[in-house]
Amino acid sequence: MDIKTLTLSQAKKDLKEKKYSSVELTKAYLERIKNVDPKVKAFVTITGEEALKNAEEADKQIAKGIDLPLIGIPLSIKDNFSTKGIRTTASSKVLDEYIPPFDATVVSKLKQAGMVLLGKTNMDAWAHGSSTETSDYGPTRNPWNTEYLPGGSSGGAAASVAADETLAAIGSETAGSIRQPASWCGVVGLKPTYGRVSRYGVVAMGSSLDSPGPLTKTVEDSAILLQVLAGKDPRDATTGANAVPEYTKNLTNDIQGLTIGVADDYFEGVDPEIKASVETALKTYEKLGAKVKKINLFHPKYAIAVYTILQRAEVSSNLARYDGIRYGHDRSVFGEEAKRRIMLGTYTLSAGYYDQYYNKAIKVRTVIIEDFKKAFEDVDIIIGPTSPTTALPVGATENQSMFGELADVLVEPSSIAGLSGINMTCGFSKSGLPIGMQLIGAQYAEEMILNAAYKYEQENPLYLKKPNI
Amino acid sequence: MSKYTPVIGLEVHVELKTKSKMFCGCSADYFGKEPNSHTCPVCLGLPGALPVPNKLAIEWCIKIALALDCKINEFSKFDRKNYFYADLAKGYQISQYDLPFGHDGVMELKNGKKIRIRRVHMEEDTGKLSHQEIDGKKVSLIDFNRSSVPLVEIVTDADFDNELDVKEYLERLQQIVRYLDVSNADMDKGEMRLEPNISLRVGSKQSEYIKESDLPNYKVEVKNINSFKFVEKAINYEVQRQEELLEKGERPAQETRGWNEDKQKTFSQRSKEDAMDYRYFPEPDIPPIIHTKDEISNLLKQVPELPDKKVIRFEKEYSLSTYDAEILTREKPLADFFEKVVKLNKESSVDPKAIANWIINKKIDYSTVSAVEVIKEIIAAKQVAQIDEKELQKFIDEVIKENEKAIADYKAGKEASLMFLLGQTMKKIGRKVDTQLVKKQLKKSL
Repeated sequence: MDIKTLTLSQAKKDLKEKKYSSVELTKAYLERIKNVDPKVKAFVTITGEEALKNAEEADKQIAKGIDLPLIGIPLSIKDNFSTKGIRTTASSKVLDEYIPPFDATVVSKLKQAGMVLLGKTNMDAWAHGSSTETSDYGPTRNPWNTEYLPGGSSGGAAASVAADETLAAIGSETAGSIRQPASWCGVVGLKPTYGRVSRYGVVAMGSSLDSPGPLTKTVEDSAILLQVLAGKDPRDATTGANAVPEYTKNLTNDIQGLTIGVADDYFEGVDPEIKASVETALKTYEKLGAKVKKINLFHPKYAIAVYTILQRAEVSSNLARYDGIRYGHDRSVFGEEAKRRIMLGTYTLSAGYYDQYYNKAIKVRTVIIEDFKKAFEDVDIIIGPTSPTTALPVGATENQSMFGELADVLVEPSSIAGLSGINMTCGFSKSGLPIGMQLIGAQYAEEMILNAAYKYEQENPLYLKKPNI
Repeated sequence: MSKYTPVIGLEVHVELKTKSKMFCGCSADYFGKEPNSHTCPVCLGLPGALPVPNKLAIEWCIKIALALDCKINEFSKFDRKNYFYADLAKGYQISQYDLPFGHDGVMELKNGKKIRIRRVHMEEDTGKLSHQEIDGKKVSLIDFNRSSVPLVEIVTDADFDNELDVKEYLERLQQIVRYLDVSNADMDKGEMRLEPNISLRVGSKQSEYIKESDLPNYKVEVKNINSFKFVEKAINYEVQRQEELLEKGERPAQETRGWNEDKQKTFSQRSKEDAMDYRYFPEPDIPPIIHTKDEISNLLKQVPELPDKKVIRFEKEYSLSTYDAEILTREKPLADFFEKVVKLNKESSVDPKAIANWIINKKIDYSTVSAVEVIKEIIAAKQVAQIDEKELQKFIDEVIKENEKAIADYKAGKEASLMFLLGQTMKKIGRKVDTQLVKKQLKKSL
């Protein structure tokens, strides 16, 4: 078994064919974590003992011929997903000793599917950021170059996959928190439609935006995980009742006649290497039978304003419960970024300012939703760069209070509109850092973007390239 | 005559008696239960837990609104009311702000005065604090059993000018929610909480509503009163207190006060000179609530005939006095019981008025006695009254023969002897007969 080249789908097959046991597989990953994580720092909590117990149980079930979608598969989960009996900090010291008495719906679905939990991954504290530099447990490093940041907020998740410390990871995105770190770390990151995957038990950031999703090595792995995660949750009133398609079966490789929309504004100010790389990918798509069409979308800069106001408002309210009475730490323990967001959100919701900020942002949000709706009348998916830059060096966020918003400018519009989107690697910079492109679909168009991404991956399997760590 | 007239508005919180809480599956029947035994991640406000609205509670809230002649918002939503208090699990309360389920209703009082209902909205209750001393240390304990129990808030305009109208309104409101069977509205258990806001304006009472611009420039809110009597007292106390201040040329402070029953006084709790900013915004965890016209009219059909209408119908249909009709309609089960007896009794000749008298005078307990039994009793009582005159005379004659002394005493003016003779006669008859009839015939025979 070579865990560096192993994918989730391959491991599934191998376990079924008893090429190795889940315990062996799990031990291999725990060993890898032991060797690599001191450099990468992807994990906040490693649950080795728990993992081996899960693996033993899985092996017993496999021996009995029980077939579950993720039986015996080692995974990492971002530390903002509540895990029963396992510390859940959201990378904030405010929750340093908090042990949830319940599992997030995503976690219980993964458990029911048979996963083995390796540990909880690092993130920007409360998911506030795009670097993991705001984590109270220190920044995660980019496996492609540990002097660089992994992106965020699901930076630990993306790094854990890129460094082969896990087969796959579960992250969450509010606006960019899956796609952007996936882009910087060179992995596949799927942000499902808002409401496709339950938020129940995920420490809330921007409640009207938060979307849990998988970070994986391949598109097929992404589809396998989404299959487990997607669906209406009676505990989350904002999940949609839309039927869950068979994502893996729909990876048909057929994209004949697929119309891809491209908006010039999404290439403005983007690193020329990235621009060139995405343009090459678009040519590949044309060669594979898709049509590329120029479209007009609202300039993504408007989304920054809308997103900043709505998300800060929700944050200010969501963090109010950490009032010092429970959880063991008072509000002085909040980091600078959380404090800034609480203040800005409180301000924009205040009497006399609500109409000027929050209400206006809601209206512009509707305009952006309509803008995308119109675009999807003409095209099936939209492709653009995921991030204006490749990974930035450690320390890049210092004194940059809008760092996250600028790093996420290209993913914020689709997040605000609650759309589905996926990041995949489409090249590498001269300095050897991954370049990501994103495929944006309409709401509940995961099938379509997964299939289009799959086709590209078959043609250009860049996931085979590995960081030297 | 005072030169001031009270200006009073009311906020009433009614706890619904749904089985589960407003936003989670925990039992809402928390009264007297072990602290924190009725809790879950949602009502504890744990990180990541999400509220899912209780559909039945929403329907009940709408029914209350309909019973108060409110208009119903077809498009409604929940909002977050952000404030800090130790009993508030999430740091905000899920309530409704600009689109309550019901708005612009009215309640007509007996004197014809129409009290405008500004809004009827749905929210969640908070936890409960208790301040104790444990091992010599002063501690505050939080019980979250009540956290997220469904509450309906009913807000009137400042249309009251006296405490008696307030009391009538409150009694009627309590009666209505009980008729709807959506709350027990038991004040001792905090299931109905009353908050009058009181101020005084210069001028005499008037039949029109006070214009918004003519309302006093301050308002005193008395919070969380749990008895109609106390509301009355608190209003009277406030009216006097405020009048004294105004007479001294002082404007009473804009504040929240409480009622101290021991001292028979209101007391200042918290200044409201700087209006609290609750930073309301739409609750992102709950999609907007939409009700179609059909759904609303369906709920309206489920609203039973309410006491005011029932009284009028009982008067008309059964020729009852207003007094009797009001007693019978005080509680819906009693009114239903009365009508059941009337219906069962259709064939016989007992008139509804007699049934009403019987139920009222005998204080019939409808929960233990069946309608059939009541009819039997009434008919039995009626039948003995028809004892044969000759038979009765036979008994009377015997009694006269056997009680010469008593007869003499009676004739000498001793009224009590008549009662003795009556008793003797009844004894001889040996069954229940109409004593009035016997007494009449006995007197005639003496």
